[in-house]
Amino acid sequence: MSAAFDPNLVSVKDFKSDQQVKWCPGCGDHSILVQLQKVLAADKSNRDQTVFVSGIGCSSRFPYYMNTYGIHGIHGRAAAIATGVKCANPELDVWVVTGDGDGLSIGGNHFLHTARRNVGLKMILFNNRIYGLTKGQYSPTSDFGTRTKSSPFGTIDYPVHPISVALGAEVTFAARAVDTDVQHLQQVLQRAIEHRGTAFVEVYQNCQVYNANAFEWATDRNTRLDHLVYLEHGKPLIFGKNRDKGIRLNGDALEVVGLSTVSQDDLLIHDERAASSAHAFRLAQMHHPEFPEPVGVFRAVHKPPYEELLLGQIAAAREKQGAGQLDKLYRSGDTWKVA
Amino acid sequence: MGTTSSPTAPAEGPLAKPVKELTQAAVRLAGDSGDGMQLAGSQFTATSAVFGNDVATFPDYPSEIRAPIGTLAGVSGFQINFASRDIYTPGDRVDALVAMNPAALKANINDLLEGGVLIVNSDEFNASNLEKAKYDRNPLETGELGRYQVHKVPITSQTLEAVKETGLSGKDAGRCRNFYALGVLYWLFERPLEPTIRWINAKFGKVPAVAQANRLALEAGHAFGDIAEMFTVRYRIRPAQLPPGTYKSLTGNQATAYGFVTAATLAGRPLFYGSYPITPASEILHELSEIKNFDVRVVQAEDEIAAMCAVIGAAYAGNIAVTGTSGPGMALKQEAIGLAVMTELPCIIVNVQRGGPSTGLPTKTEQADLWQAILGRNGECPLPVLAARSPSDCFWAALEATQIALKYMTPVIVLSDGYLAQGSEPWRVPDPKELPKIEVRFATDPATYKPYQRDANGARPWALPGTPSLHHRIGGLEKSDIYGEVSHVPENHQHMVNLRAQKVANVVRDIPDQDVFGDDRGPLLVVSWGGSYGAVRTAVERARDQGQKVSHANLRWLNPMPRNLGDILKRFDKVLVAEMNMGQLLFLLRGRYLVDAVGLHKVQGRPFMVHEITSKIDELLGGRS
Repeated sequence: MSAAFDPNLVSVKDFKSDQQVKWCPGCGDHSILVQLQKVLAADKSNRDQTVFVSGIGCSSRFPYYMNTYGIHGIHGRAAAIATGVKCANPELDVWVVTGDGDGLSIGGNHFLHTARRNVGLKMILFNNRIYGLTKGQYSPTSDFGTRTKSSPFGTIDYPVHPISVALGAEVTFAARAVDTDVQHLQQVLQRAIEHRGTAFVEVYQNCQVYNANAFEWATDRNTRLDHLVYLEHGKPLIFGKNRDKGIRLNGDALEVVGLSTVSQDDLLIHDERAASSAHAFRLAQMHHPEFPEPVGVFRAVHKPPYEELLLGQIAAAREKQGAGQLDKLYRSGDTWKVA
Repeated sequence: MGTTSSPTAPAEGPLAKPVKELTQAAVRLAGDSGDGMQLAGSQFTATSAVFGNDVATFPDYPSEIRAPIGTLAGVSGFQINFASRDIYTPGDRVDALVAMNPAALKANINDLLEGGVLIVNSDEFNASNLEKAKYDRNPLETGELGRYQVHKVPITSQTLEAVKETGLSGKDAGRCRNFYALGVLYWLFERPLEPTIRWINAKFGKVPAVAQANRLALEAGHAFGDIAEMFTVRYRIRPAQLPPGTYKSLTGNQATAYGFVTAATLAGRPLFYGSYPITPASEILHELSEIKNFDVRVVQAEDEIAAMCAVIGAAYAGNIAVTGTSGPGMALKQEAIGLAVMTELPCIIVNVQRGGPSTGLPTKTEQADLWQAILGRNGECPLPVLAARSPSDCFWAALEATQIALKYMTPVIVLSDGYLAQGSEPWRVPDPKELPKIEVRFATDPATYKPYQRDANGARPWALPGTPSLHHRIGGLEKSDIYGEVSHVPENHQHMVNLRAQKVANVVRDIPDQDVFGDDRGPLLVVSWGGSYGAVRTAVERARDQGQKVSHANLRWLNPMPRNLGDILKRFDKVLVAEMNMGQLLFLLRGRYLVDAVGLHKVQGRPFMVHEITSKIDELLGGRS
């Protein structure tokens, strides 16, 4: 028999399954797996209380590599499956691992409704802007004009932006990280763990085979600090290798300004706790190359999670009517006796 | 009406009219969608049930919420068959028809028996309504209704007069006319008013004027029967001799909801019901949403697929997990049902069948999803399928499906249909102590646990997340036997396909042998399944009463089929399969048992009529001496 759970004995290897990891060399998924295993260990998480749920795609092999409970589901439906797990047992820590195709194309509907219901799930979307497992078709997040096997003349689809969609559904937690920036990725994952309600994390993830270097601008050691702005609650938006640039709100629009001419006091201050999602949405509209792209926590607000409300109604009904009794149910309403 | 009506008996009192005793009668209330016919029909049913009759009902309404007033498209009907003996169907044609407007008359008059009682709301037979119903001339004046006992009752104006004292506006007052019509019917069939008055008081208690108006309308209609000279006779149908006990009138959807909440309670687990609203299954969702104190976790999902997927997640985490839908929703769920087969998780899918294909006839009944249930997924994907045969049987089907799902770790499909779901009949309230046990076994021992290690039934263990050291992964990819690791090994796939098939085949151990009503061999066996049971049983009973050599077998389990079914089929010269589709069970029986069965098919959105089965029996037996 197993011993009782002892948080002091938790280590990274507890979360590594005995399955061989079969992602391609150079794939960003490796980093996300390792960072999450580290974060869970550091957080003293109990693997017996942890469930990973995924759909279909490269990223969705994730549960097999985690030595926790897990379901490798069907394409696009991870969030729906996970909703069932969480409602059936809210004590569990339930993670959804999805990709840009799985989560936003075939599974777009579930993504939307999970976010607006605020189900207590941690949802990581591995965004590599390509269909990898089916060998290289464009995805809903591919840049306009991207040439792929299914778009030899360039895509004519305007891309969807995951954080914008999540915020549109009033998600209570939205964050972004980059696969190669491991420290920051760990911080963001830790913040997701601490959030109650739907915690959505988009990770810019490199597909070495079918969309290599799509995020080079965000990962290249020499230029990345000029292309990313790290969000910190209550702090002005400053970026650049020399921290000499900032973001200012001018009228209704954001603009990049140099700190040599503009005072820090005039910069936009990040407020992840703003009641309205408008501020976070404005940040989500900052796209490379016109703007540095924000990474970190866009939004973190509290609303009662779905599963708490669900069980709350059950508790209230029991308080009022007592626990259900079959005989009483059967004999409710009009009945009659036959002797 | 009942075939054994006695001579007219004298009634009591100086004003009383003669009473004719019957064993059975069928009544239909028909009007515009906004006329409250479903409500009046439900009240007639409840009253007759409480009075002690056996009852069977058939609501028939348009899929539009409010089709244009007064048109044929907007006609809504409710049929009740009630009797002093056992009945299995709502009746073929009716003994009495209430038509609240010309369109209702036109749409229903052909179902009224010759000599039947016709009550029309004469106030509504004006030029405008006649035109909407496409009558060139007023049928009340042409003599075309000469075959019926026509009673022209000015229901609208009489209702307004009756409720005048409540001070309700003309519109609100007019809305009481369904209760006036009900009052007339109550008089005609000697029904007590009290159950309906109780209902009115409970329903409209907060609006005393409305409660009073409906009560006055009901009483006025009842009094009209006594006073009006047009009615010369009233009818008496005595209480039926049902087995002793407490009874309650249940629709199939209510019974389904009760069945699952019972199963979960007996299993000692929460009930998870994930569903997307769809006609005619939504009442299951409504019923379960009302009884949260049984720890019922109802999730109204964003779509059919999400509902099924949430059920899989809930099953994994240890709830009694159920979804309900109808044909189009069933089609959407099929990929996820395949995942439930692959992951071998216990859950139940209820398909309340309706007319298809596509959106088809949303409010009308059909049995054309049998193939979809048995064959409807990609790959080799068998699962147990059973069908309820009557509204109250949905309760028992739900219990049985849950037992099998848990014992064999498999999704199970329960087939109901629109006719069972919305029809009602008396349900003998069971003593919860006498209900079957529902066993739940969870794996707990990490020393012996292997995700795909099977027991003697072929079931794999159920290990709940949260159990110490039983962490494991399941999923849609093929898994290795015993250990449950992803495997693409060719022989393993064959082996796992065989194991899953064998497991479902093993369910036959828990299925009772097929019973046959009538002789166990002979010239003709009629086979039915699900909602066709009632009409077939009635037709076979009648045929046997007249000396015809015909037997009946109603299949409850469609997959697997009972062990002895093949032998039974071979003992009859002819086998007739009567089903509300174009031959789906027929095809399966012919394929499985190489029996040269013939079919009787009907897809008209309405259940079989008894006489349709009778004609086919006559035809098949006709060549014999």
